[in-house]
Amino acid sequence: MADLKSNFVGIESPNPFWLASAPPTDKEYNVRRAFEAGWGGVVWKTLGIDPAIVNVNGPRYGAVWSADRRLMGLNNIELITDRPLQTNLDEIKRIKRDYPNHAVVVSLMVPCEEWAWKEILPQVEDTGADGLELNFGCPHGMSERGMGSAVGQVPEYVEMVTAWCKEYSRLPVIVKLTPNITDIKQPARAAMKGGADAVSLINTINSITSVNLDEFSPEPMIDGRGAHGGYCGPAVKPIAMNMVAEIARTPDLANLPISGIGGVSTWRDAAEFMTLGAGNVQVCTAAMTYGFHIVQEMISGLSLWMDDKGMTDTSEIVGRAVPNLSDWKNLNLNYITKARINQDSCIGCGRCFASCEDTSHQAISMDVDETGKRVFTVKDDECVACNLCINVCPVDQCITMERLDTGAIDERTGKPVEAEFADWTTHPNNPSAQ
Amino acid sequence: MTVLPPIYKDGITAGRLDAETLSDNFCDVHPPLDPHEAHVAADRCYFCYDAPCIQACPTSIDIPLFIRQISTGTPEAAAKTIFDSNILGGMCARVCPTETLCEEACVRELAEQKPVEIGALQRYATDTMMTRDTHPYTRAAATGKAVAVVGAGPAGLAAAHRLALHGHAVTLFEARPKAGGLNEYGIAAYKTVDDFAQAELDWLLGIGGITVETGKALGEDLSLDSLSDDFDAVFLSIGLGGVNALGVNDDQALPAVDFIEDLRQSEDLTKLAVGRRVVVIGGGMTAVDAAVQSKLLGAEEVTIVYRREQAKMAASGHEQNHAAASGVRIITNAAPIGMTKGGVEFAYTVSTEDGLQTSEETFVLPADQVLTAIGQALKQEQIDGLDIVRGKIAINDQGRTSRGGVWAGGDCALGGDDLTVTAVAQGRDAAEDIHASMTQGA
Repeated sequence: MADLKSNFVGIESPNPFWLASAPPTDKEYNVRRAFEAGWGGVVWKTLGIDPAIVNVNGPRYGAVWSADRRLMGLNNIELITDRPLQTNLDEIKRIKRDYPNHAVVVSLMVPCEEWAWKEILPQVEDTGADGLELNFGCPHGMSERGMGSAVGQVPEYVEMVTAWCKEYSRLPVIVKLTPNITDIKQPARAAMKGGADAVSLINTINSITSVNLDEFSPEPMIDGRGAHGGYCGPAVKPIAMNMVAEIARTPDLANLPISGIGGVSTWRDAAEFMTLGAGNVQVCTAAMTYGFHIVQEMISGLSLWMDDKGMTDTSEIVGRAVPNLSDWKNLNLNYITKARINQDSCIGCGRCFASCEDTSHQAISMDVDETGKRVFTVKDDECVACNLCINVCPVDQCITMERLDTGAIDERTGKPVEAEFADWTTHPNNPSAQ
Repeated sequence: MTVLPPIYKDGITAGRLDAETLSDNFCDVHPPLDPHEAHVAADRCYFCYDAPCIQACPTSIDIPLFIRQISTGTPEAAAKTIFDSNILGGMCARVCPTETLCEEACVRELAEQKPVEIGALQRYATDTMMTRDTHPYTRAAATGKAVAVVGAGPAGLAAAHRLALHGHAVTLFEARPKAGGLNEYGIAAYKTVDDFAQAELDWLLGIGGITVETGKALGEDLSLDSLSDDFDAVFLSIGLGGVNALGVNDDQALPAVDFIEDLRQSEDLTKLAVGRRVVVIGGGMTAVDAAVQSKLLGAEEVTIVYRREQAKMAASGHEQNHAAASGVRIITNAAPIGMTKGGVEFAYTVSTEDGLQTSEETFVLPADQVLTAIGQALKQEQIDGLDIVRGKIAINDQGRTSRGGVWAGGDCALGGDDLTVTAVAQGRDAAEDIHASMTQGA
């Protein structure tokens, strides 16, 4: 079994699976259970200055479910910790004393004024915590008061506050970024300029998960009203991974360590984030959905996969897919594939046909064989290899894409497949082709 | 001497089981889905293109659409989708052999040997709407045309409803005291509990424009000539009023349909007599229904004997399993050759090129009650003058008989599989043809 020991900006943990700053890390009780269950680290639920904030007393979460009621997306309107600062600091200290080998990072959100940071940083350092995470991401509630994403959306503020933290604390500083911006590279660059040791992303996305069609109010509904919340869970993973990868593949940001967050639910998700440049991952919704025990699946799965790939250290995963993340213009136009339907595993639902016939390229035929079975076949002269049939097929691996060999005739174009790489930059239709 | 409980009493006797046990035995064989179960079941549907289940449904219900409507929280819309194709969708959800129709065709039967529970979902949708106490259709303006529908079973009810929907005035004649046909008199009690057949009838008649006249039998109270004179069109759905004879001591046997009818009409099952050892001769749904219900009434030994091999039995595999699970023994390849006071003698049979032959090997099954379920027959004297093919009224694809202005459908007519659902399809389609011919002169 591969060793999953992780070192993220000098913070060591038994594995790269941390719990993100959120309800699961709000109290000593939860964090003890998390470490006992096997989590490598926690980012403690965001601390603020006293007096503690208050939360709504109605529902805090809205949800998006798949048809079988798996939780695909969750949004929340909960604020930072609503317990006194000293209570949290005392608990963090006890936890760090009892779990010296686990990572304990403390998330912070205080007003965007130097005195506030100067005041809280020594108190946190005094707990023995391993690092700081600056919450510039929460898009609800606190942002109305000039904190959270209100800071994260202004690169100058990101840089300024990061610099204060580096000045007033010796702890590693991780800047948590909001995705509610146009270009994630801007705040990442600002954090780097401010001296950040790392960025973590994404925080939650502005969202309304549903509307109550009887009361005409957004959910979660508080006495007939709803406020937008922060969206997370499996549904946001693609958005999060793109943002992680954007930073990882940008030359001047490439050396900025990243803690990957956003819908990580399985070992596979974690591995994917890490291949796109994340040094570790943080998890919240999956733990909130299934409890802490899921980390055991993540540990065993990542270990097995690393063994399979001949990797012995998690650092070997980091960024492995980044060189293969390309601009569209550099994709090989001579890579020609056709969909292939395996008739033995086909169950005859016809969804590939409906999607292709109604919404795509009319490249699948529907016939009935001598036994009365419906047979769906790809028409190579129409198939553009879009892949939609695979994505709507309910049977895994029933439809696959097959690459045409060099020299074979693409029946759609009537032209032979060429061996050499050719992309848009050299295509005759491109007015700026070289 | 010890007194044995009544279940062990020899001969045909009532009260073998107490009222509570009987009530449990005759409860809903497939309890309805609750909303959570329906949601989970609906989620398994893949919304197939030109779905195989629709093809397999004799009434062509748009099954993927109604299941999607259930999954989005609109079972009433789902019910409307069902009723648009099959106004007796509620009964069909209970009695259809779905395992040989829609559910057999379901792609998830192929994928996982576990089809979407289409029948149960259909019941969920139709039950939801039928408890709303409003009829979902509005009649078209009166056309002034009058149609006689003879026989108020599934085919007649489907035809009557569709004709009434189009604005025609329907008189629905029924020979028996109650309308409903086999839904009311012929289907096993545990498939249609809580007097569902009559509830469905009342709900269906909510369309308006249908006058029910019970106690009016064709050939006795009504004649084809007078109906043709008095109405613009006639639809015959008279079912199969006769039973086939065994040819062996028929006087000592009771037709299974009569046994089932008595059971369905019984107000107090403790008063319904059944033998201690019951032999049911036949291999179809009626045989299974009679055998299982005998068992549920408290018969100690119940045996179905079918003259051909098991694969030829008309009862579906699901029905056969239900019989076996209820404790009914099934013997195949044996034909009755004689009856004694205490039993039936059978000879084993062999299929040969010249047909089924009885062998020399015989056996006797002790029996104090013998039920025959070897098919029903058209009472041909009722429909004198119509062309008959293979013992049934000859009809074309539109349900037209050999006589102008007379249509037929259901068990009395050619085609179909003697299923409720095929009867509904024939009644509906004939009604559309009647409507077309009356309004467009087609």
